[in-house]
Amino acid sequence: MRSKWNLGSIGLRTATLFGFLFIHIPILLIIMYAFSTDEKTFQFPLPGFTTKWFGVAWDRNDIWEAIILSSQVALISTFIAIFLGTLACLAVYRSQFFGKEIISFLVILPIALPGIVTGISLRSAMSLFGIPFSTWTIVIAHATFCIVTVYNNVLARLRRSSHSMVEASMDLGANPWQTFRFVILPNIATALLAGGMLSFALSFDEVIVTTFTAGQQSTVPIWMLTEFIRPRQRPVTNVVAVFVILVTTIPILVAYYLTKEDDGRKK
Amino acid sequence: MTSTFDKFFTFLFYRKSLALFLLLAPLLIWLGVVYLGSLFTLLIQSFFSIDSFSGVIKREFTLESYYDLFRQSTNWDIIIRTTTMAFTVTVVSAIIAFPIAYFMAMNAGPTLKPILYLGVMLPLWSSYLVKVYSWKLIMAKEGILTWCLDQLGLLHLLDVVLAIPVIGGSSLSFSYIGMFLVFVYIWLPYMILPIQASLERIPKSLLEASSDLGGGPSQTFRKVILPLAFPGVVAGSIFTFSLTLGDYIIPTIIGNSSYFIGMAVYTHQGTAGNIPLAAAFSVVPIIIMMVYLSIAKRLGAFDAL
Repeated sequence: MRSKWNLGSIGLRTATLFGFLFIHIPILLIIMYAFSTDEKTFQFPLPGFTTKWFGVAWDRNDIWEAIILSSQVALISTFIAIFLGTLACLAVYRSQFFGKEIISFLVILPIALPGIVTGISLRSAMSLFGIPFSTWTIVIAHATFCIVTVYNNVLARLRRSSHSMVEASMDLGANPWQTFRFVILPNIATALLAGGMLSFALSFDEVIVTTFTAGQQSTVPIWMLTEFIRPRQRPVTNVVAVFVILVTTIPILVAYYLTKEDDGRKK
Repeated sequence: MTSTFDKFFTFLFYRKSLALFLLLAPLLIWLGVVYLGSLFTLLIQSFFSIDSFSGVIKREFTLESYYDLFRQSTNWDIIIRTTTMAFTVTVVSAIIAFPIAYFMAMNAGPTLKPILYLGVMLPLWSSYLVKVYSWKLIMAKEGILTWCLDQLGLLHLLDVVLAIPVIGGSSLSFSYIGMFLVFVYIWLPYMILPIQASLERIPKSLLEASSDLGGGPSQTFRKVILPLAFPGVVAGSIFTFSLTLGDYIIPTIIGNSSYFIGMAVYTHQGTAGNIPLAAAFSVVPIIIMMVYLSIAKRLGAFDAL
């Protein structure tokens, strides 16, 4: 039956193939350029291959500082997002109250509005109230837009899991805390982990909101942006780019498998 | 300790609204104070003004910033330039994304489908800055694109394209065409996924009914598939449009240094220290997005998100 709807199947296949090449080749190129012996330009074909830039990058202190700051910010924001997002999910799921839809809207708003709006709002508020820029100002900004990934993941899981387990637990004499600890929490654990992973990747990569809330410090994306505008050692930038690809891709893959496996079990 | 803890939870269990309130309070306080509070502050500050001599911000209600914003024709140019770019990027992304989404939803088998899905999702989530940077490598004068075109003997074609007035430039990475390419590249996955989702939701029985009633493939496509997939296109367009409207990294790294809204906001608040004008400027994309979202809502995009 399906073949009937293959409208111009060859054209469709070609379009998809080219679309995918368009999406993926640039990322592969970055990885390739990290091994180039060429120091000054973006010459192609590459004059030669070397792994020396990885060593050079390893010895650079400014890179380590940026990585440490980014990791700290991403970890703390993720924990805040998990805490705020999960509590709200437990409230929203299975209960009806006035303004329920407003909550979903509020959670989406920080990523739905252009990043520049979120950035300048936070900055102008911070400067108006005289809050000095620090790691915490970045954390506040990041946690705000990270909530949505946790919230969506956990809420989706809660909606799919059956409420009869919770009822059974209560019937068997468990108190609400025990029910949460031994029934709900194991049930949403992988969704929490998936949401947390996505939130980590999101925070680790954010640049627009960070430039407005960071002051003098530099996270990895800010470090990269500075290097793009005033390059010092181009191949080192490429090495950091490869590192960033890994740090953001791995959590996304893990998150995907955590939520996919669950789909298979539930169906 | 444990028993007080248990008692507390049991106490809450019988007071549903109090429990609900306690669960929601942290999120509402955070988003209400930190986020909405900041947005509100921004709005307030757009009604302040800056003393042109001392550079001190005067905290009195005035429409001076808005007057400054709309008086200068360069600001209009920035707004029009950004909106035009956002619109073009959206339309072209939709055209490129549709066949891909169609193939993913309708043609791909059970083994290919998850691979394709992951293939779109990974670039969507993976590093934005790295992706922009990769195009700087590709479009550099001595870079891969020049080399490819040279091998194909099409280098003069690039010169022809770059010679086009307004959108052309000295090289791809210093032209609107280059910037446009990067925008489409970066936001394309945001367009593919909602379209794919909306195509996925079309019941196959509808397609069969259409063909039973004598509709040919192209008729079915035009009369059944396209209208049902359209909300997905609009949903995707919210992302591509909003993201282009607010982006200032791509115009900073690639392009001929003509201003976009994001860059203007950044410069006014940073180098110029004119927060009221920056605030007034950032109200522009908010208003454009509000208009856009209300149109999108009418077109049914929210059901497709």
